Amino acid sequence: MSPERIVLLTTVMLAAASGPARAATIQISMDKLEISPAMASAKVGDTVEWINKDALVHTATARNGDFDVTLPPNKTVSSVLKKPGTVDYYCRFHPNMKATLKIDP
Amino acid sequence: MFNRIGATIVVICLSSTAALSQGAKLTDPQIAHIAYTAGEIDIKAAKQALDKAGSKEVKEFAQGMVRDHEAVNKQALDLVKKLKVTPEDNDTSRALSKQASEKLGELGKLKGAEFDKAYIANEVAYHKTVNGALETQLIPSASNAELKSLLQTGLKIFQGHEQHAEHVAADLK
Repeated sequence: MSPERIVLLTTVMLAAASGPARAATIQISMDKLEISPAMASAKVGDTVEWINKDALVHTATARNGDFDVTLPPNKTVSSVLKKPGTVDYYCRFHPNMKATLKIDP
Repeated sequence: MFNRIGATIVVICLSSTAALSQGAKLTDPQIAHIAYTAGEIDIKAAKQALDKAGSKEVKEFAQGMVRDHEAVNKQALDLVKKLKVTPEDNDTSRALSKQASEKLGELGKLKGAEFDKAYIANEVAYHKTVNGALETQLIPSASNAELKSLLQTGLKIFQGHEQHAEHVAADLK
């Protein structure tokens, strides 16, 4: 890599690091009736990509009612996190599927 | 055809255990047929329940059975097509179907809360039997890795159904 290129890259990286926190996208998958990761962290405004790898319908249903996303078989559904909190959620159809999402303000 | 079935009361958990414990080594085409048949049986039972059940909880349970078993059976069909395997009818499948027809006939005579209790009790027993067979017989006998993996996922789903059925049964008491 040329020195100019390294300088350019460093500038871009610094700019990215010093800018306001941007919304990120995190992925949570459901595969063979397991949610992974079982414990994930995100911030308000972030997007969750719920990836359902099973041939079954699943849901990501917050126990506190903050979200309830239906995930058709073999589909990815995105949702934006709106409220902070440590939210336990599960699949309404397969309640053995449980996980936690920590949403920072 | 259910009209032909007499009023003989069959204790399905005993007789289907017998149907599933013949001991002979099963081939993949036979395993696929048994697994598919077992799913179809539960779908039929659930459709009867959607028609007859009084309790909302029982109806919701039955909807879940149709939803999950149809999804798993569709996967099974896709897999056998891909593997170019033709599911093969066998004594176990036939015995399961016969017992299921008898059970449908028996449950068909019941109404309301009586039906709900009998349907759910049978779902608990039926899932126990099928899960036991999957664990001890079908999964260990399956040669093809994809078939084995589908059966393992199926077992996990159906264990959830068994717990769900037990939960509903407890609520009905």
